Amino acid sequence: MTWIKESYHRTISEAIKRLRGRAKSERRWSSMTLWLGVAIVGIMIILSLSAGWIGFENPNEQDLNATLLRPSIEHPFGTDELGRDIFTRILHGARIDLSFGLITTYASLIVGMLLGALAGYFGGAFDTIVMRAVDTVISFPYIVLILAIASVVGAGLFGAYIGVLAVSWALYARLSRGEMLVLREMQYMMAADTLGFPVRRIIFKHAIPNLLRSNLVFSMSDIVLNILTLAALSYLGLGVRPPTAEWGSIIAQGQKYLRTAWWISTLPGIVVVFVGVGFALIGDGLADKLGEDVTGAF
Amino acid sequence: MFAYIGRRIVQAIPVLITVTLVAFALIHLIPGDPVKIMLASRATPEAIATVRHQLGLDRPLPIQYVRFLLGALRMDFGNSLFLRAPIGPILRQRALVSLALLCYSILVSLVIAVPLAILSAIRRNRPTDHIVRMFSTFAFAMPAFWTGLLLVLFFSLRLKLFPTSGLGSGPINYIRSLTLPSITIGFYLAPVLLRSLRASVIETLIAEFVEAARARGLSERRVLFKHVLRNSLIAMITVLGINVGFLISGAVVIENIFALPGLGSLLVSSILARDYPVIQALTLVFGITVIVVNLLVDLSYAALDPRVRL
Repeated sequence: MTWIKESYHRTISEAIKRLRGRAKSERRWSSMTLWLGVAIVGIMIILSLSAGWIGFENPNEQDLNATLLRPSIEHPFGTDELGRDIFTRILHGARIDLSFGLITTYASLIVGMLLGALAGYFGGAFDTIVMRAVDTVISFPYIVLILAIASVVGAGLFGAYIGVLAVSWALYARLSRGEMLVLREMQYMMAADTLGFPVRRIIFKHAIPNLLRSNLVFSMSDIVLNILTLAALSYLGLGVRPPTAEWGSIIAQGQKYLRTAWWISTLPGIVVVFVGVGFALIGDGLADKLGEDVTGAF
Repeated sequence: MFAYIGRRIVQAIPVLITVTLVAFALIHLIPGDPVKIMLASRATPEAIATVRHQLGLDRPLPIQYVRFLLGALRMDFGNSLFLRAPIGPILRQRALVSLALLCYSILVSLVIAVPLAILSAIRRNRPTDHIVRMFSTFAFAMPAFWTGLLLVLFFSLRLKLFPTSGLGSGPINYIRSLTLPSITIGFYLAPVLLRSLRASVIETLIAEFVEAARARGLSERRVLFKHVLRNSLIAMITVLGINVGFLISGAVVIENIFALPGLGSLLVSSILARDYPVIQALTLVFGITVIVVNLLVDLSYAALDPRVRL
């Protein structure tokens, strides 16, 4: 009978080895996605900030002798109908789009997470008010509410900021409140309460670090969404105004020349996808590392 | 069941009220005099007074709100200043186009998302799964209006299979002109559906009843189609319901690219024309649509899955 035992042990130890190997390769995979994403976003930020030093100074410089040129070594992404270099315009547009994405996302994360945490911790009337506001905001298709707010504030970059900020805090609030309801019942939270710690300390030192994890993971897809929203608003003529270089407006301006100069509209879009995938990879990598799955937050 | 329906409808009422309040408040939040802004160069004192009276802006706020609500119940939102016609009939006419577009888009996105989600779930953490997730990451990062332009470039300008914009007359041309917009929205919605569906299929795959079915010796195919899929399809209705706002957002943008005469293109043109009564009406219609769809989804979910009613 010992051979049964032995082969049994062997199978088990082999299975464990296999599982360990798989877990290791999954960990490696998640580090890889994370760093690939960081690299993509980092490259884009560095390129856009250093655009002036590496030979792409003026996004609005016209050259009427070089209109609608195909991509070449001199103009890697071609030129538009006024002879402006598309690549230069994309790099300068990145400043507007990336700062818009980062500012709107993290401002809403802070506000939403705090409101959600407080609502979840205290409950009562404050909770009701916050959640009613959240329900109202998410009852509208987000673009409709952003457009409506932008129409009140006035179309333009400022209107886009106000519109997106007014909408995107709600999902962070809902996410954080839900998690806070669970956290509140945790032993260490109750212990902190029993020890007589002030509420401020309990919320900021004990709860927020735990809420931050899922909020950060969610924020990565939110950045993509917010950048795409700005691009869409500019495309519709309600965001950044021409001649300012911004990804959506470059794509919109190229639409007229789709038949003759495909590169004006298509190449900026590829850059948007590239950056979006970068943020999404960071999000996936973080989610794997931190053991969070907030894909259902949408 | 009836108790559940009643409870769910009562729950929807407070949100309905706040949504109407937001739509109503829009015109009052405009910095400055909305009437002056709307009339722009035509703003003589007499014209301002006439329009203000027409819109009822010279009455006390509570009365204005009640009139807004009563009007909305009859689909009477007054006249569009820009189109110089009653808003209600315009909305009704345009809603049909948007509705057709939405249904077609849902169909396309399901055709993309459902098979990929199932494939990805049964092969989770394998190469197939990674490829599907890569696809969904790329699709998520694509600006919908850009996807639309690419489709136009390829299918309309190169292959000349579909019109570049506008709405065709006759049933066949109507569907043809909605095809590229629907594919665009399908690609925009599919990654979001795919992620949630994949998660729900995985959740079902490890459920006890699936294990029990396997233990009874049922074939893997039967387990998958009879037990897993059926449960996941119910989940799909919820996933669609949660994302109906996301879907409508996509449609609003896409209608503009393809110049479809729907509610979304009306919203954008009204904002450009500062036609605030139309903006108010559309905000309300879109908000209520989402609430009603979510209500219907919850009710149908309860009808399909008795566990919910408990």
